[in-house]
Amino acid sequence: MNLELPLEQPAKAQRPFTVQEVVAGARQYLEQLPTVWVEGEISGFRVYRSGVWFFTLKDRVAQLSCVVFRREAERMRSQPEDGLKVYAQGHLSVNAQRGQMQFVVDRLIPTSQGGFHAIRLEQARAALEKDGLLAPERKRALPCFPRCIGVVTSPDGAAWSDVVAVVRRRWPGCELVLVGARVQGDEAPREIRRALALAQRFEGLDVLIVGRGGGSKEDLRAFNDEGVARAVAASRVPVISAVGHEVDVTLTDLVADVRAATPSAAAEKAVPDRAEVLRQLASLGLHLGRSAGRRVETAGARLSRAALRMGAAVEHRVVVASHFVATAAGRMTASCEARAATHRGRLERLGTALEALSPLAVLARGYAVAREESGRVLRRTADFPPGARFRLHVSDGEVRARAEGP
Amino acid sequence: MTSKPSLQAELDRLEEIVRALEADELDLDRALGLFEEGIARLRGAREHLAAAELRLRQLRDAAGGGAEVVDLDR
Repeated sequence: MNLELPLEQPAKAQRPFTVQEVVAGARQYLEQLPTVWVEGEISGFRVYRSGVWFFTLKDRVAQLSCVVFRREAERMRSQPEDGLKVYAQGHLSVNAQRGQMQFVVDRLIPTSQGGFHAIRLEQARAALEKDGLLAPERKRALPCFPRCIGVVTSPDGAAWSDVVAVVRRRWPGCELVLVGARVQGDEAPREIRRALALAQRFEGLDVLIVGRGGGSKEDLRAFNDEGVARAVAASRVPVISAVGHEVDVTLTDLVADVRAATPSAAAEKAVPDRAEVLRQLASLGLHLGRSAGRRVETAGARLSRAALRMGAAVEHRVVVASHFVATAAGRMTASCEARAATHRGRLERLGTALEALSPLAVLARGYAVAREESGRVLRRTADFPPGARFRLHVSDGEVRARAEGP
Repeated sequence: MTSKPSLQAELDRLEEIVRALEADELDLDRALGLFEEGIARLRGAREHLAAAELRLRQLRDAAGGGAEVVDLDR
C-alpha cells in the first residue's frame, strides 16, 4: 500500500501549519487505512446523550479509544459491558476536538460466540445467502456430453492428475483445460479468483471443476473466501466444486452447481462413461438393424442399399458392444448407473419409435407400393398407361405386374 | 470447434426424426429418407464416441486482456 502523507511541508513554507490542518491531515491519512478486525477487552464504556458510544479496547500492554456512532450503535443488539472480550471491526481515525486517535467501530462480536474464523465464515455465508447465491434454484444442470472441461487447481497438485486419469478412462474424446492457481497460502484466494476470471474469458468451456486434493482444515481456507465463492457463483458455465474434504463443506461447495467430495468424484460427475453410452448405442443399432433389415431385404433397390449398410454397421456394433459389456460391467458406479438409465431410456424410446414408425411397417398392414423399374413410386392412374410394366411391393416381397388400363 | 455435429446434436436430430415420422404426413420417399438418416445418425453418434484421444491444454493470460490455450505435454 502506498500512502501519501497529506502533510508534506515544502522547504520554503511561508508559515507553519495550523493545529486544525495537522489534525485534519492526520485524520485523512489514517482514514485511508483499510478496515480491520481487532480483538480486545472493553473498558470505560459510556453512552453520550447523542446516542454515541465511547469505550476503550485494551489488552495487556496497550489500549485504543473507540467510538460507535449512533447508526451503528442502533444496529447492535445490546450494549457491551466493561470486561467483555470482543472482536471489533472498524477503521482508524482522529477525533478532531481532542486531537486523539480513535477506532471507529462498526461491528462488535463477543469472542464467546466462537473463534474468529468461525465467526467470519458464518458472516460470509450469511452475506452469500442474503444475495441469493445459495438458493437451490440457482443450481444449473451439467452438460450431458461435455467437449471441453476447465479445471481450476494447482498445476503441481494431485487434483489435476486425478481428473486427467478419470476423464481419460471414461470420456477420452474431450479436452481438459488446466487453469492454474495456487490453492493454499495467503495468495490462494486471489489466484483462484484470477483463474476463475480467466476461465470466463475463454469461450469454449462447457463446465468448470474448481478444487484441490485433500488437506487439513486450514488448507481449505481459500475455498471459504467470500470473494472466491462469489467468483464461482458468477461463472458463465456450471461449476463442480471438488475441495477434497468429506467432512467440511466450504463456501465454494455451497455456491457451486454440483459438489463433489474429491477431484476424482468431480471428474466422474463431469463426464459420462463412454463404454456405457457405446453399449446403449450398440443395442439400439442392433434393434433397429434387425427389424429394419429383415423387411428391407425385399423392398426394392433403395432399401437393399440401406440394408447392406446397416448390416455392416450392426456387425461392427455387436463386436464393440460385447467387448465393452465385458470390461465395463465391473466399473459402473451408482452415479453412472443413474446417468446410464437416462440415456438408455432415451435411446430405447428412439429405437422403438423408429421401428414402429418405419414406413416398411405400412406394407405389413396390407398396403402395397407400385414402382417403376427405376424405383420411382407410381401414385396416379396416369402413371399406369395400358401395358406398362411395374413392380408391386408387398409385405413379404415383390411381384411383377402389368397395367391393363384405367 | 469442429464442423462435425456434437453427440448432443446427433441425439437431438434423432428425436426430431422420430417426431417427424410420428406426424404421419410424410410421403413414402420422405419417410424412407428420414428412416435412413436415423440409421446414419446412430452411426454418427458411435463415431463420436470412438474418436480421438484426450487432449490436455492450459489456459493463460494473453496480451490485450484475452485468454490463450497452449498444449500440455503428457
